[in-house]
Amino acid sequence: MPTKVEKDSITGQETTGHEWDGIKELNSPLPKWWLYVLYATIVFSVIYYVLYPSIPGITGYTKGLIGGSAREALVEKLAKAKERQSATLTQIAALEPAGIAESPELLNFSLAGGRSAFADNCAPCHGLGGAGRPGGFPSLADDAWIWGGTLEDIETSIRYGIRNDNDDSRISDMPAFGADELLEPAQIADLAEYLLAFTDRAEDQDAVARGEEPYLENCAACHGEQGEGLPELGAPRLNDQIWLYGGEREDIIAQIDKPKQGVMPGWEARLDETTIKMLTVYVHTLGGGQ
Amino acid sequence: MAEAATQQQPAAPSHSSSPEAETVLSREEQKQQPLYTGRVQVYPKSISGRVRRVKWLLLGLCLGVYYLAPWIRWDRGPGAPDQAILIDMPDRRAYFFWIEIWPQEVYYLTGILILGALALFLATSIGGRVWCGFTCPQTVWTDLYMWVERLIEGDRGARIRLDKAPPSGGKVAKKSLKHLAWLLIAFVTGGAWIMYYKDAPTLVSEFFVGESSLTVYFFTGLFTLTTYLLAGFAREQVCTYMCPWPRFQAALLDEDSLVVTYRGWRGEPRGPHRKGQTWEGRGDCIDCKLCVAVCPTGIDIRDGLQLECIGCGLCVDACDTVMDRVGRPRGLIAFDTDRNRIACSAGGEPQQPKLFRLRTILYLVLIGAIGLFMLGLLTFRSDLEVNVLHDRNPLFVTLSDGSIRNGYTIKILNKDRAERLFTLGVEGLEGASVAVIGAEEGSGEGTGEAPRLGAKPDTVASYRAFVLLPSGTLSGKLKAFSFVLTDEASGATARHDSVFRGP
Repeated sequence: MPTKVEKDSITGQETTGHEWDGIKELNSPLPKWWLYVLYATIVFSVIYYVLYPSIPGITGYTKGLIGGSAREALVEKLAKAKERQSATLTQIAALEPAGIAESPELLNFSLAGGRSAFADNCAPCHGLGGAGRPGGFPSLADDAWIWGGTLEDIETSIRYGIRNDNDDSRISDMPAFGADELLEPAQIADLAEYLLAFTDRAEDQDAVARGEEPYLENCAACHGEQGEGLPELGAPRLNDQIWLYGGEREDIIAQIDKPKQGVMPGWEARLDETTIKMLTVYVHTLGGGQ
Repeated sequence: MAEAATQQQPAAPSHSSSPEAETVLSREEQKQQPLYTGRVQVYPKSISGRVRRVKWLLLGLCLGVYYLAPWIRWDRGPGAPDQAILIDMPDRRAYFFWIEIWPQEVYYLTGILILGALALFLATSIGGRVWCGFTCPQTVWTDLYMWVERLIEGDRGARIRLDKAPPSGGKVAKKSLKHLAWLLIAFVTGGAWIMYYKDAPTLVSEFFVGESSLTVYFFTGLFTLTTYLLAGFAREQVCTYMCPWPRFQAALLDEDSLVVTYRGWRGEPRGPHRKGQTWEGRGDCIDCKLCVAVCPTGIDIRDGLQLECIGCGLCVDACDTVMDRVGRPRGLIAFDTDRNRIACSAGGEPQQPKLFRLRTILYLVLIGAIGLFMLGLLTFRSDLEVNVLHDRNPLFVTLSDGSIRNGYTIKILNKDRAERLFTLGVEGLEGASVAVIGAEEGSGEGTGEAPRLGAKPDTVASYRAFVLLPSGTLSGKLKAFSFVLTDEASGATARHDSVFRGP
């Protein structure tokens, strides 16, 4: 603070006393209304303190005459939104997934609801957009369906899950042909060659010929004579380009030797009826629905 | 505040030729030096003259355009608003006569703002703060309010006396009438603002029977209040304290800009002058202070160009009137350049102001170039656009036969007021086939025809499209290609580049 008030010689106004490179700043007074605006904000804050929750205490806070809580407002808003949706949700609950897909409004609603439910519940394993993940989490966007890709099949898979404790769960159990010594390692190698031949990748035609017999005896019942698979038993196609656990020779041998078999929870107990139906419709549109 | 105007130094020596009986002081002279200063009330005196006539003309023009423009009709066919100038917030459209702008095209607004800024720079470098003095809404409405004030309360002297007078029935009546008139103007102004956002006739018919939305009432009230406060009370304080423009105008002026100038070399030494006295050995300024009395911001222009001067030129009219009366040539205060002021002060000759100089030519060139560019954009504005979003999850899908499929979201912006049908194809991706969910029947997958997509009038149509490449066709991880959308009726096309991804 300058002790002596200095006056500018030209304007006669006081200066602030500070000097920068020979330039001094005039100490012009602020307009009064500026001060009044400050007073107005103080008056506003007092009124606010009285009307609304404001001063925090140790165990609580002052509630104010009007009160109000952002948390409660959110709950109210959510309740209102649910109420607005309730008519549509009832309609969806009453229909089969195939019926939902027929009405454009219900379909749109279900796709939106299904997308959010999918992101919450399914995406951790199956990936956003049903992209799938390496290590046994199948893509839901392609045209290969281990347990079937119709609306009904998808709904059953979601509702009861796969290889879990649910009584209605989808169950299938491929024997561990190598680990349980049902087949010799040489036979398994021949079998792998035989499977590679389905997609024209076999290198040893003799091995392919040797593999035919064990295939027809042990595998064809579930996977089909041409490797066409059987969705009812969850036996995947072997004559296409999609391999859940890898399509190289080692991968195939490992899978015959001691198969990995994925598990999916049943969502019947965790999600409500309408959510399951919306999810079904959503998954069906990801790109592979049959 | 009334005292502030009258508490002052010893009265100036009496001089019969001065048209002002009371002493006139600029705001600067009346100021004290406290921490905060109250406003010194300005009582601008009415004046007539060339500049005032121009100001009246521009005032009428600006207010006329503002109040009447929303009422101009423009037929756009059924289903579209028929108001020529309208910013339709709920439907996200802006209309200006034949032009319709979507929110995506807000860059037109950017262009207009750039042009506006450059025009302002040009006007300032030529004529100083002509924008402030003649066309700024703050000036125009303040001028209108002052005119009303003068009609009701009388001119400067009468207003000062009225403010000083003790309360009386007449005073209350005059003041009430004034504020009522101000509020009415403010309301019409606030209401007209809303008309740019809502159909004007509908708005008027709904407004007075209480059928308009709360938003409409709120904003009408808000703009009524701000007009009333800014034009009635804040006035020159807006220009001095709030507006950023005066702060950087100094950077836009140069020595060739025409600014309101007191020609001190002609006027000094100033002093009262009696009829018949000689003009030898003295200046033309008779120190009547009429220039201060008419100034709407209350300054003394004879102190030179200053922050508060809005360049309205009313002091020019004032001084010309006085010069005519005392028989001296006009132009003691005039729009003149700093170059002339310096030259003449040193005894030189004034020169014609240079209108075309590097600065103004540069602004003109920029205005021309940007204006042409914007005009070109507007002329070749397509009524069809297509946007493509490649799926992020999954980036690609391998199908059981080994072919690769990519998913896309296609958004068709149909800016036409008719329903249209388009075919969607791809370019630069050999062997690809396109399937669209929701394509018209008889097209797309399995029919051997390109998918046909419909788009409702004046909307964005959104589709999911799948592009399929047979196994082994894609070399590398990525291939760039284009979607091409063709209007079946007109043949107009729109394209959007995208990529196809594979393992």
